[in-house]
Amino acid sequence: MNRVGLERKVLSENDRLAGQLRAQMAENDVLCLNLISSPGAGKTTLLERTLDRLGADARVAVLTGDIQTDNDAARLKRYGFPVRQITTGGTCHLDARMIERGLADWRLADLDLLFIENVGNLVCPSSYDLGEAAKVVILSVTEGEDKPLKYPSIFFKSELMVINKTDLLPYVPFDLAAAERNARSVHPAMDILRVSCSTGGGLDDWLVWLRERRQRTLHTPVSAD
Amino acid sequence: MHEMAIALSVLDALEKEAGRFPNGRIEKVGLRVGELAGVDSGALRFCLEAAVRGTGWEPVIFEIEPSPRRHRCERCGRTFVVTDYKTNCPGCGDGGTVFAGGDELELAYLEVDQNEPCGAGTQSSERK
Repeated sequence: MNRVGLERKVLSENDRLAGQLRAQMAENDVLCLNLISSPGAGKTTLLERTLDRLGADARVAVLTGDIQTDNDAARLKRYGFPVRQITTGGTCHLDARMIERGLADWRLADLDLLFIENVGNLVCPSSYDLGEAAKVVILSVTEGEDKPLKYPSIFFKSELMVINKTDLLPYVPFDLAAAERNARSVHPAMDILRVSCSTGGGLDDWLVWLRERRQRTLHTPVSAD
Repeated sequence: MHEMAIALSVLDALEKEAGRFPNGRIEKVGLRVGELAGVDSGALRFCLEAAVRGTGWEPVIFEIEPSPRRHRCERCGRTFVVTDYKTNCPGCGDGGTVFAGGDELELAYLEVDQNEPCGAGTQSSERK
C-alpha cells in the first residue's frame, strides 16, 4: 500500500472560480461584500437603508440569494439600482458558480460596490468563497450574545460584525459587551459596528466603513490563484 | 446542512486525483476537516456513505482527520492548539499570536494499491 499526500482543497473548483471573480472585481475596482447572517437578522433591511442613503448616482448592485421567492429582490429594486435574485431552490448557501451566473450581463466596470446577500444561515455560507473582498456577518440583538462562540467559523472568516436592531436593546436580555467580547475571542482583529436599521442609528458609521474599505481595495493588488 | 454538497465535491476532487493513478486502486481517502471549516464531520461521513452508494467509490474507506485551530506566537515562535478561544501563547504569555491553521477542508492523502490495477472507469462516481 502506498500513501500519497495530496493537500488538495475539496472545494478547489469553487475556489478557482472565486479567484477569477475576485481578480475581475479587483481589475474593475469593485468592492464586493458577502453579507451573511441568520434568517431575520436584517440583511435585506440593512441593504435597503444603505441603498437609500447612497444616493442615485452611486454605482452599486446587489445579488440576493434565497431558497425560494424573489421577495428580497422586489424590496431592493425600489431603490433604482441593479438587483438580481438568485433562487437556490433548496441549497442553503450561494457558491461561486451562482455568482458568476448571477452577474451575467452586468458590466463590472459600471460598479464601485457589489453586495451579495447570502442565504440566511450562519453555517453553510461560511465554507464557500464567492470571490468577495470581505465577508460581513450581521448579528441582531434578538439573537444570543453567544452566537460567535456557537458558530465560530463565520465569525472567524468575517472582517466585520454588524450588530443590528440596537434600538431593541432595552427590551431584550442581550449583553452587547459580551457579544463583542465573544466575537473578538474568535476573531481578535474583527471590526464591529452597532446599528439600528429602524432608527438609523449607526448607519453613518457603516457608510464610513464601506467608503474606507473600498479605498483599501483600490490599493491592494489581487492575484487570481 | 451543506455536507451533501461537500461530499459530492469530495468525489469530484477524488475523481480528478484518481486520474494520476491509472494502474492503482484507491483503497483509502484521508480528509482533513478544520475546526473552522464550517463542516460537521459526522454529517459529512453520513453524506459520503450515501453519495458513494452504487458508484465505484463504494468500497473506499474515508478517514476524516479533525484539524484543531492553531496559532503561532510572533514573539517566541511557538505553535499551539487554541482551546476555549484562548489565543495567548501558553509558552511566553504573549497576546500577539497569529492564526496558523484549522480552517482546512482538504483531501489530505490517498492510499493506493499499486499492485492491483483497476480497469478503466471501475473507480468513478458513475452509477453502476
